[in-house]
Amino acid sequence: MKPYSSHYLPVPDLPRRRFVQGLAAGGLLLGLPSAIKPVWADAADTATGSAPVLQGTEFDLVIAETPVNFTGTPRMATTINGSIPAPTLRWREGDTVTIRVTNRLPVDTSIHWHGILLPFEMDGVPGISFKGIPPGETFTYRFKVEQTGTYWYHSHSGMQEQTGMYGAIVIEAAGGETIQADRDYVVQLSDWTDEDPMRVFAKLKMQGDYYNFNQPTVVDFFRDVSREGFKAALDKRKMWNEMRMSPTDLADISAYTYTYLVNGITPAGNWTGLFRPGEKVRLRLINSGAMTFFDVRIPGLKMTVVQADGQDVEPVTVDELRIGVAETYDVIVTPRDDAYTIFAQSMDRTGYARGTLAIRHGLAAAVPEPDKPEWLTMADMMGDMGGGMAGMDHGSSGGMNSMAGMSGMDHGGMAMDHSKHAMQAGMAMGGKLARPSTQARHAKTEYGPSTDMRVDMARTNLDDPGIGLRNNGRRVLTYADLHTIGGPIDPRGPEREIELHLTGNMERYTWSLDGLEFGKSTPVHFRYGERLRVILHNDTMMTHPMHLHGMWSELESPDGQFLVRKHVINVQPAQRISFLVSADALGRWAWHCHLLLHMDAGMFREVVVA
Amino acid sequence: MKRYSALAVSMALGAATTWAQAEPATSGHAGHDMEAPAAQSPAPTNMTAGGMDHGDMDMQGGSVPPDARDPHAYSGGHTLDSGKYALPGPRQLRLADEHNFGSLLVDRLERVDTSDGYATAYDAQAWFGRDYDRLVVKAEGDYDQGKLQEARTELLWGHAIATFWDTQLGARYDSGVGPDRSWLAFGVQGLAPYWFEVDATAYVGEGGRTALRLSGEYELLITQRLILQPRLELNAYGKSDEALGIGSGLSDIKAGLRLRYEFTRQIAPYLGVERAEKFGQTADLARAAGEEADETSWVAGVRFWF
Repeated sequence: MKPYSSHYLPVPDLPRRRFVQGLAAGGLLLGLPSAIKPVWADAADTATGSAPVLQGTEFDLVIAETPVNFTGTPRMATTINGSIPAPTLRWREGDTVTIRVTNRLPVDTSIHWHGILLPFEMDGVPGISFKGIPPGETFTYRFKVEQTGTYWYHSHSGMQEQTGMYGAIVIEAAGGETIQADRDYVVQLSDWTDEDPMRVFAKLKMQGDYYNFNQPTVVDFFRDVSREGFKAALDKRKMWNEMRMSPTDLADISAYTYTYLVNGITPAGNWTGLFRPGEKVRLRLINSGAMTFFDVRIPGLKMTVVQADGQDVEPVTVDELRIGVAETYDVIVTPRDDAYTIFAQSMDRTGYARGTLAIRHGLAAAVPEPDKPEWLTMADMMGDMGGGMAGMDHGSSGGMNSMAGMSGMDHGGMAMDHSKHAMQAGMAMGGKLARPSTQARHAKTEYGPSTDMRVDMARTNLDDPGIGLRNNGRRVLTYADLHTIGGPIDPRGPEREIELHLTGNMERYTWSLDGLEFGKSTPVHFRYGERLRVILHNDTMMTHPMHLHGMWSELESPDGQFLVRKHVINVQPAQRISFLVSADALGRWAWHCHLLLHMDAGMFREVVVA
Repeated sequence: MKRYSALAVSMALGAATTWAQAEPATSGHAGHDMEAPAAQSPAPTNMTAGGMDHGDMDMQGGSVPPDARDPHAYSGGHTLDSGKYALPGPRQLRLADEHNFGSLLVDRLERVDTSDGYATAYDAQAWFGRDYDRLVVKAEGDYDQGKLQEARTELLWGHAIATFWDTQLGARYDSGVGPDRSWLAFGVQGLAPYWFEVDATAYVGEGGRTALRLSGEYELLITQRLILQPRLELNAYGKSDEALGIGSGLSDIKAGLRLRYEFTRQIAPYLGVERAEKFGQTADLARAAGEEADETSWVAGVRFWF
């Protein structure tokens, strides 16, 4: 899995630019003098760009190492059928598909069909659903396709997802496609590093802010002093420093090592989708990044969101959306000019993935600069309580920070009212599960070294697009905007409520649930057939895309109304969300943060449905 | 004199351990929050910095309240390797929380421009193990004229006890010019509020010797790569050890200021200045031996880790 080691050398500006932008030639090794071509370069190069499409009911997938070159440095990738992304699999609802996966790696592998409902033995999580696929062996997946929409698949072994093992799944309804469009493109976003991902992990264990080059500095301090005064500048930093937390900890891994890709193509390579003016173009956005949230927009075009995580939603038109790791959004755009940029900046604003929609190849539109990174607000640290607090220092902390703080304060007030109502209503009517509970119940394992904070009064509002997107002048999608067409799959209310807290310690770079890493945990038992409410309460300052395998997560509003059916739910810092699950899938399932390193660090639970 | 140093030891250790435990200290009233007036009060002007202090104290560390939730309460008796649908055999899925990591940090490797020529000093720390329990090796010393003058090497078991703090238990071995000394070591290492890196260790040696070593560092980011590191170190001894020029009580304080440039996070050359001052009997012993009791030196070196 680690065929090479990487080295760090001073990176001057020019190569640095190439590094972020990537090579125009993408994954190809063309033009490399044969004398310096490594031996393995004789192997077929990884194909990148729009992935080949495979359709039908029988599929053969081969996992192998193939060479790529995204940055000027040849590397080995882990690929499926030799391409990044892997082939797009087109299935039809109601078909039984058979997929033979052959492992030509020197280590075990696996494929997980992300968001697909299937028997647990077919779910592809080594150690939980099956034993994995050893080198040289073929595993045959076979299951009936019971759903429609846009999904994806990826390795669930080690760091193979980071090194190239991801592809799209498109499932057409038995009665034909319900969303009409003239063009249909998969736009699969991802992040690539030339480093060995386990080495990246080890560096973070040594220094949690290794990849953050946006930390508060003395220079920033004096800039704030000159703008806002000495006391205000000091106050702005006081709490962060007291708590030993960083206000700029927006992503664990930045463009310092990542090159961001659209369909396996670097920003310089510029993946391009063609259209004729006036056509309706469907973009199937899939975030296959290992560690990167993308904020996607197409300057000059409105995007109408028609599907989230494969499930049709009431159309909602926005300028921008944040796509969490492993989420999918299908959007419809109607371009009329010659060219538009698909701009997907990373949440920490250190880089971007970029593609183009154009009437012919070779055209390009302007590429925006990434937005300025913001500091996390008190609402991100303290939830509702922080909203008020941020409001407090809004006179001192400038710009977006204070505005976000103020809006946080407003939400805070509302949420407080909700909780009081909820408690009163609950007591009066005895229907205490009508609304999700709001009072934090920290686990007793959250008071030790595995956690660096706890939020007592989390925010519950879902109309917050999140850090970096608040009040940016654009209409940004939030979870409060999403409504699955047809309502919940199960009309029953919850029989019980369980609560899990998302926890971690950035200084030690440990990630856990309820303060317990996977190795120390016990499974969560869902009683077969029950309808239950799950509350996820984020006691960290990072956003975690939480993915429950095997069953839908039906997200609710803070007052218990059904919103949207998803397989991944982003839980923002100091936020508390709830969703309902129908425990209709017997077996053992994985449940984890989809940030690859958080998952591997132990932010992971097993679920037993029995 | 003896009493004085014992007091210094207990005070300093006390301070360090209180830091370790007390930063959490408050808490225990997670349940009261719905009533917390601060949270409901819309009047921001009432909130002072003091209020904020209270808030953040509640958010970190602390003792477990009696009504805290049992994280295993949802298991229904299942474990990772037993119960329905568990794969046969021992548990196969082991994530990084059950893997070992390791690192070697050479915080200082420098040429020291002393009054009588150049010396070479090193200060390194290595660890190997898991998130909450690891083997720690600390090594500090200096060479002068090709000869090891003074070296302190420690082998410790580091155990996480709080969010930002580890206890360290083990042994220390001193070598160099003069007789060697061995000690048992008990200390805490971690990060104090406002990002001060603190290392406080008490030692017990043969013949009733005791020692205390306190050090603190701070990383001041001037820019993302230009970092100023103030550093303070203090040594105290329970009884004098004339063979090593050590008097009882506070023996020496070193204060350094190093400016480094991180070409990468892992390689950073630096320039700095260090002031070393001897006190009390230690200073007397130095003077009697014809040495200076205090000295200011320029240093140039490199900090690196992997």
